[in-house]
Amino acid sequence: MDLQTLWFAAVALLWTGFLLLEGFDFGVAALLPLLGRRTPDRHLMLRTIGPLWDGNEVWLITAVGAVFAAFPGWYATWLPALYLPFVLVLSGLIVRAVAFEWRHSHHTPAWDSSWSWVITTGSLIAALGIGAALGATTLGLPIAADGSRVGGAFSGLGWPALLGAVAVLAFSLVHGAMFLALKTDGPLRAAARAVARRWAPVAALPLLAWAGLVHLRHGTPVTAVLWLVAALAVAVAWARISVGREGQAFAAWGAMLGAAAATIFGAAYPVVVPSTIDAAFDVTIADASVSDYTLTVMTWAAAVGLPVVLAYQAWTYWVFRKRLTAEPVHEVAA
Amino acid sequence: MDVLDVDTLDIARWQFGITTVYHFLMVPLTIGLGILVAVMHTMWVRTDKPEWLRMTRFWGRVYLINFVLGVATGLVQEFQFGLAWSEYSRFVGDVFGSLLALEALLAFFLESTFLGLWIFGWGRIPKKVHLATLWAAVVGSVVSAYFIIAANSWMQHPVGVVTDDETGRPLQVDFLAVLTNNTALAAFSHAIVAALMVAGALLVGVGLWHLRRRKLAGQPVTDVDHAVWRRSVRVGGWVSLAAFVLVALTGDWQGKLMYQQQPLKMSSAEALCETEAPASFSILAWGKLGSNECDDVHSITVPYLLSYLAHGDFSTAVPGVNELQEEYAAVYGATYPDDPSFGDKAGEPIDYTPVLAVTYWSFRLMIGMGAVSAAVAVYALWATRRGRVPTWRIGVYGSLLAVAAPFMANATGWIFTEMGRQPFVVHPNPDVPVEDQVYFFTAQAVSPGISAAEVWASLIALTLVYGALAVVELWLLTRFVRRGVTTGDGAPVPGPTPDGTPDDDLPGGRDRDDVLSFAY
Ligand code: HDD
Ligand code: HEM
Ligand code: HEM
Repeated sequence: MDLQTLWFAAVALLWTGFLLLEGFDFGVAALLPLLGRRTPDRHLMLRTIGPLWDGNEVWLITAVGAVFAAFPGWYATWLPALYLPFVLVLSGLIVRAVAFEWRHSHHTPAWDSSWSWVITTGSLIAALGIGAALGATTLGLPIAADGSRVGGAFSGLGWPALLGAVAVLAFSLVHGAMFLALKTDGPLRAAARAVARRWAPVAALPLLAWAGLVHLRHGTPVTAVLWLVAALAVAVAWARISVGREGQAFAAWGAMLGAAAATIFGAAYPVVVPSTIDAAFDVTIADASVSDYTLTVMTWAAAVGLPVVLAYQAWTYWVFRKRLTAEPVHEVAA
Repeated sequence: MDVLDVDTLDIARWQFGITTVYHFLMVPLTIGLGILVAVMHTMWVRTDKPEWLRMTRFWGRVYLINFVLGVATGLVQEFQFGLAWSEYSRFVGDVFGSLLALEALLAFFLESTFLGLWIFGWGRIPKKVHLATLWAAVVGSVVSAYFIIAANSWMQHPVGVVTDDETGRPLQVDFLAVLTNNTALAAFSHAIVAALMVAGALLVGVGLWHLRRRKLAGQPVTDVDHAVWRRSVRVGGWVSLAAFVLVALTGDWQGKLMYQQQPLKMSSAEALCETEAPASFSILAWGKLGSNECDDVHSITVPYLLSYLAHGDFSTAVPGVNELQEEYAAVYGATYPDDPSFGDKAGEPIDYTPVLAVTYWSFRLMIGMGAVSAAVAVYALWATRRGRVPTWRIGVYGSLLAVAAPFMANATGWIFTEMGRQPFVVHPNPDVPVEDQVYFFTAQAVSPGISAAEVWASLIALTLVYGALAVVELWLLTRFVRRGVTTGDGAPVPGPTPDGTPDDDLPGGRDRDDVLSFAY
């Protein structure tokens, strides 16, 4: 495999990792108005993601950083083409981040519920916006020969963006519900399980449709198999959540995302920004990439750095592995 | 191309300047306070003294309130190069992106993951491992600073690259040279000690205010709270003073590099119009600095000092702005190429002199505000010598007000560094033969496809969001800092239990207002 392909795979992996991890905290945040109407439930929901969301968000930063580092031509075409949507995503992420931290810096019910509302809104905007951006970069943007956008500020927001937006949000909602079912106990656990069970089959549809479309356009037999794996994983996830096996359901739902993302990126390869104006203007990894020297340097750095990152992130999940209940935590120190 | 393009460039520059300066208000506090809180936590683990625990918890909470705003504003930075500066990103891609990606991979993961462990780990993980999680996060901040400053320094002094014959862009050939760029080593050392000045000033200002308030209220000088504030002032004062000495030493190092690498920035910092040998350092200037009409500038000077700053002796000639402007024009062209990629600037004459009023005054403010901080530190150390508590109103409130000084010094330092390299966004490296030099004008850097209206919209949106956040952050911080180490209902923070674990992690001991308990 040449280095450009390797880095395309690495970037795809980072985006998938980001959706897999931040997906559940987007989902939990978006479910606050639904499952967190009672204050203790809401606090419990927020406690499940409290120690994790910031680490999850770094997956986004790393994914964007890797796009810039390996394929500056992709970075420099994709971001300005969706200028305002990205600014909106950033605003959502900013207010969400400060809301997590500032919410418990002052204690009045109004303060608490306002910041919870900010967390929900910010997460919704971010999930929709990032989904839109990913939809557009795999299904098409109005790009001219020199890589600049044609048709004004909102021309990037066609149906591909819409499909991506809905797909990521729907995936995240169920992912968040499954995560809550896995991490909590008591009534909240039951309620989250019911949401996941009711919505899993429907919520998978836009993602499967997106993956299917990319496959139909440029797919290979491998991506066909991957798509089938994704569809099968939905069935497994639904069956397992129905019998109350939350861990297995969560894993299957995650596998669904992995297989769907592999279908999408696998079929889109080697195009990173397909042009809706003319296929001749498509930006490919060869057009967009940096030199082999730079890719080699980064390969070494990633080979050393990534396993370490994965190890300590896994450790965090292990430290916070306990189910949480609505009573305040009373663990005695180790 | 029409007027809108000029607008896009100017608005994009304003936007970049505003968002980065804002980010860099949080950054030095995160870096400096992070280091100091880690030291406090270490002292607690080693000595078991309750005041160290309370200091860790109090200052740790301030650190966290601020940290999250650093994260939130940093996110914008990561996207900005692509959003409004796509041509810049294409040009520097082979070098610049990899530094950002490595920063994320090697530093941001470390920071955010371990900080999460530290926050939620009180009482959950063994004491020493818990301490190590904070150190890991702090190391992450410092490593992140190194990578991003290496990226910035490469723009100031591009090394480790050759020109790609096909595209005309820099092609990286020596990654190690990029990482060990002398400009980066100097700027990094300078920025880290400058960050410690920020943290030191905060400890001094807040500590003195609490000491005085407690004394006027007749509270005892023997309890733990007193020890907390007294120690904060002493630690903060010594850190400020030591950091100021180091800031001056590293700044001198930077000055010497600047003389070789960006002579025009040096003479602009001094508003030095004509070449001087020996050159004198200007303390105050008047005349038409703002008009960039060099010949009308008059100043009060210290003889020989500029020669010393530039080259370490008292005779070196320092070239003036007028001479350098001509030299640059001869080498890099008197006008911008008549090419659409230069937008409205195409074919226009190039002004190689940065805005003198900005370079001159930002350089002086940086040093001056640092000196203010150092003076406050001397006062605080003297006023608290041998157990004394100052009650002098002006001194104490002045110290509190002076917390702003090192923040301003940091901001003006960057404004000087960044505006001083205009009109280049990537400044040519004079150590390399002219025909092999890599450089890029700011006028070429902006994204071609976006409209001025879009950049206006984002500038307004981000400025509004940032403004609102600043108000809330300041309100939260002041409220929190005023309340001090005691909890909201007036009950003191629980001290450590005999086995050394903070007892608020034990049943019934948890207080929602405790400085680090995160009662979700
Ligand atoms: C000298 C240090 C320094 C400088 C010049 C910058 N930053 Fe920064 N940045 C930090 C030092 C730092 C930090 C200390 O590591 C922060 C501040 C607070 C924090 O959470 O981490 C951070 C946070 C931070 C984050 C969020 C990290 C997270 O989620 O944990 C991003 C994406 C960036 N920065 C990116 C940038 C970019 C692209 C910059 C260039 C314009 C930049 N920063 C300038
Ligand atoms: C955090 C500290 C920093 C501050 C406060 C800062 C400040 C500024 C300011 C005020 C400008 C506008 C200059 C002008 O328009 O004349 C600017 C421009 C710029 N800076 Fe920085 N900067 C910082 C760090 C960085 C870093 C670390 C990088 C790169 C890694 C960087 C890259 C740029 C770029 C690409 C521009 C282009 C826009 C322009 O030249 O106008 N800056 N910065
Ligand atoms: C006391 C004497 C000082 C000297 C001689 C000095 C010198 C310098 C010089 C020459 C630069 C520009 C580097 C370049 O553009 O190549 C610089 C930048 C800077 N200074 Fe200072 N400085 C001093 C004090 C301070 C203080 C007190 C602070 C903050 C507390 C500070 C913060 C900064 C920052 C943040 C930058 C921009 C980033 C960097 O290049 O490191 N400086 N300083």
